Amino acid sequence: MKGMLFVKYIWKINRRPLFFGGIHPRENKQLTKNKPVQDMPLLETYHVPLKQHIGEACVPMVKPGEKVFKGQKIACATPAKSAIIHSPVSGMVTDIGMHRDAVAGSAQCITIKSDGKDEWLPGLLVKRSYLMLGKEDMLEIVRDCGVVGMGGAAFPCHTKLSPPSNKTIDMLVINGAECEPYLTSDYRLMLEHGDEVIRGCLIAMIILGVSQCSIGIEDNKKEAITLLREKVQGTAVKIIALPTIYPQGGEKMLIKAMCNREVPSGKLPMDVGCVVHNVSTMKALSDAIEKNIPLIERIVTVSGSSIKNPLNVRVRIGTPFSDVIEFCGGIREDVASILMGGPMMGIAQSDACAPVVKACSSILAFSKKEIHEPAESACIRCGKCIDVCAMRLRPYMLSILSEQRKYQTALLDFDLLDCIECGCCSYVCPAKRNIVQYVRLAKAKNTLINKSARK
Amino acid sequence: MQEPHSAPSQLLVSASPHVRSKETVSHIMWQVSAALAPAAVFGVFHFGISALSTILVCIASSVSCEAVVQKMTKQKSTIADGSAVLSGFLLALCLPANIPWYMPALGSIVAIGVAKHMMGGLGYNVFNPAHIGRAFLMASYPVAMTGYTMNNALGHAKSLLGNTDAVTTATPLCILKLQGYSALIEQFGGKTQLYKVMLFGNHNGSIGETSALLLIAGGIYLALRRYIKWQTPCIMIATVGIGAWIFGGQNGLCHGDPIFHMMAGGLIIGAFFMATDPVTVPMTKTGQMIFAFGAGVLTLLIRLVGGYPEGVCYALLLMNTLTPLIDKYIYPKKFGT
Repeated sequence: MKGMLFVKYIWKINRRPLFFGGIHPRENKQLTKNKPVQDMPLLETYHVPLKQHIGEACVPMVKPGEKVFKGQKIACATPAKSAIIHSPVSGMVTDIGMHRDAVAGSAQCITIKSDGKDEWLPGLLVKRSYLMLGKEDMLEIVRDCGVVGMGGAAFPCHTKLSPPSNKTIDMLVINGAECEPYLTSDYRLMLEHGDEVIRGCLIAMIILGVSQCSIGIEDNKKEAITLLREKVQGTAVKIIALPTIYPQGGEKMLIKAMCNREVPSGKLPMDVGCVVHNVSTMKALSDAIEKNIPLIERIVTVSGSSIKNPLNVRVRIGTPFSDVIEFCGGIREDVASILMGGPMMGIAQSDACAPVVKACSSILAFSKKEIHEPAESACIRCGKCIDVCAMRLRPYMLSILSEQRKYQTALLDFDLLDCIECGCCSYVCPAKRNIVQYVRLAKAKNTLINKSARK
Repeated sequence: MQEPHSAPSQLLVSASPHVRSKETVSHIMWQVSAALAPAAVFGVFHFGISALSTILVCIASSVSCEAVVQKMTKQKSTIADGSAVLSGFLLALCLPANIPWYMPALGSIVAIGVAKHMMGGLGYNVFNPAHIGRAFLMASYPVAMTGYTMNNALGHAKSLLGNTDAVTTATPLCILKLQGYSALIEQFGGKTQLYKVMLFGNHNGSIGETSALLLIAGGIYLALRRYIKWQTPCIMIATVGIGAWIFGGQNGLCHGDPIFHMMAGGLIIGAFFMATDPVTVPMTKTGQMIFAFGAGVLTLLIRLVGGYPEGVCYALLLMNTLTPLIDKYIYPKKFGT
C-alpha cells in the first residue's frame, strides 16, 4: 500500500509541468493514422497564391506567357518578413490575377499550366553536407528556398532562425504534438521521414548555436515516439512524450510543458530563450540545406466524415482543394462544411476552389452531424471557460464586454490580446456562446480605434 | 474562377471552433433535477399527497410564470431549458409539506418573476430564485412556514392507528432551538438513534430536506459527472460541522455535536444544490470555496446565536450578494505572469 503511494508520488513529480486548462475533444485520428502518404498525380493547372506566409505579399517575378521550371522562383520577397515562392511544376504561366484563397477569401495568384514533364530547374538540385556550410550561408539557402513555418503560422523560417543578437537562445523546441483532432500529417511525416526531421533539427541547432533540442510528441503517437527515440540515439536531440491534451501544440503551451518557462504577455518565445519550429519545417529545412529543394509541396491530411476515402497526401502548393478531395474518393452529398486546418482553429471554406498553400496541414469535410451552429444564449456564469482557458484569462468577460461593445475595457482590463483563439472556451460553453468570434471582433474593433486615434 | 469538379451545394462558413461539446444549459438543468428526484420521491412517501401537490404546484407556477413573463416582454420562450422547472422543484423541496396551495404558487411567482426575470433572466440574477421565494414566504406567512404540523389525511390516519410518527413532531432544529440539546436526544432515544433517523429521513422537516442519504447520493452523482465542484459542498458542510463542534456545545468549547448539525435542516440540500448554482455563485474554484466557507459560517451563526432555528436560506442569500465582489478579485493569474 505504501509502495503504491510512493510510486504515485514519484510519477506525479516526473510528469511534464502541464499548462492550466485545455480540453479533450474526440481525436478521430484513426481515419488516416495508419495510411501511408500517397503522392498526388500531376495536374493540369496550379494556382499559386502570392502570400503564403505572415508578412507582405510577394511580388511576381514572371509574366503571363513565360515558361517556368519546377523549383524556379516565381515571386520574390520584398522586405525581410516575407518568403520567396517557387513554381510547383514545369510549364507556362497563363495568368496572374485574383483567385479564391483559403485564408483571405480571394487573393492574387499566379496560374501555371503544367507541360506534363515535371522538370526541375536545371542545376537547381545539389548534394551537400550541412557540416560543410557556415551559418550565414545556411541562412541564405533557407531564405532562398522559401521555407516557412509549416505548422500553420507560416512565419518565414530564416527570420526565426536569426533572432536579434540581444536575445540569448539556449533551447530549440520542436513541435511534433499535432494536438488538433483528425490531423495526422505530422505523424506520418515523423514515421516516414524521421531521419530528415532529425537532420533538420541538427541543422537548426548549428544555425542558432544551441546545444539543447527537444522534440515534443503527444503520447497518442506512440509509434512515432518509439521510432524517433531510436533514431536520435547518439545525437543531442531529445524526444519528450507529452500528455495528449488540446492545445498542447500551441507555442506557449509547448514551451511550458517542455522547458517549464512561461512566455510573458506580449513577448515572444525568444524572450525566454526558446525558438519553436514544427517537425514539417525541420524536414523542409533539411531538404533545403542538403539538396537545395525549395518548399513546393507538403503532406496534407484529407479527412472527415464527408470524405469518401480519407488519406494523407503529398500535395504541391497551388493544387486546388477540389482536386485533392477527388483524389481521396470525392466528397459525400451530405457535406455541410469544408475546413482548412483542424476543427478547433481551422478556416471554413465557401467552396473547394482554394489552392493548397505552404501552411495547409489538412482539408476536412464534415456533415451536419458534426458541424452545427447552435443558438447562442446568455452566459450562465458556470465558469467552465475559465477552467479550460490555456492562457488563464476570463473568456466569459471577453464575450460579455464584446457583446456590450465595450471593446476597450476588454483590451485594457481583461487581457484581450493574450487570447490565442484556441477555441477551448467556445467548445465547452453550455450556453453555446461564440466566444472566439467575440474576441476576434473586439480585437478588430480595437485595431480600428487605434488607427483612427493615431490619425 | 473555375467551377470545381465536385461542387458542394451549400457550405456553412462560420468562425472556429467548428466542433462543440454536447453539453447544453438544458442538459445541466435536467440532470440537476434528476439528482433531486430520489429525495423528492422519498419526501412524497414520507409526507403524503400534500407533498406531491406542493411540488407540482411549485413547478407549474414557475413554468407558467416564466411563460407569461416572456410572452409579455416578447422574448423567446425558454421554458424547455428546465431552469424554471429546477427553480420550482428546489423551492418546493424547501417548503413544509402541508401549506395551503396558494403559498407555493405565490412563492414560485416571486422566485421566477421577481428574483429571476426582473433581474434580467437566466444568467443575470444575483440571488438564488428558490431561496428568494422561500424567504418571501417566511416573511409573509411565518406561522404556516414554521408550523410543520401534519394536517393531511395520511398523518391523521397514522395517528388514529396509534402510530405517532416522527412527522407529527417538530423538526429536530426546532427542538434544539426551543428545548435544547438534551431534550433533542431524549426525544429521539439516544444519539445513534438520532443520527440514524436524520440519515434516513424519518423525521419532520421540509419536503426534500429530510433524507440526508438520498440527497448526498444525488450530490455525489452531480460531482462525478462534473456538473458541480465537490469542494463547495464539502467545505460548506465541514465548516458547519467543525464550527458546531467548537462552538455548539453546552459545556464550553469543543463539546458540540458536529454530525447532527451537518445532517440537520437544509444544509445538505443547500450545500449540494444551491451553493453550486452556477449563476449566483463565484466562477472560480477558489471563489466558490470562499463562498462555501462564508455560507457555512453564516449558517452556523444563525443556528446557534440567531433567532431562526435554520439559517441556510439566509446564509446563502447573503453570500449571493458577495459573489460579484468575489469574482472581481478572485480570478486566475494570467499565463506568463
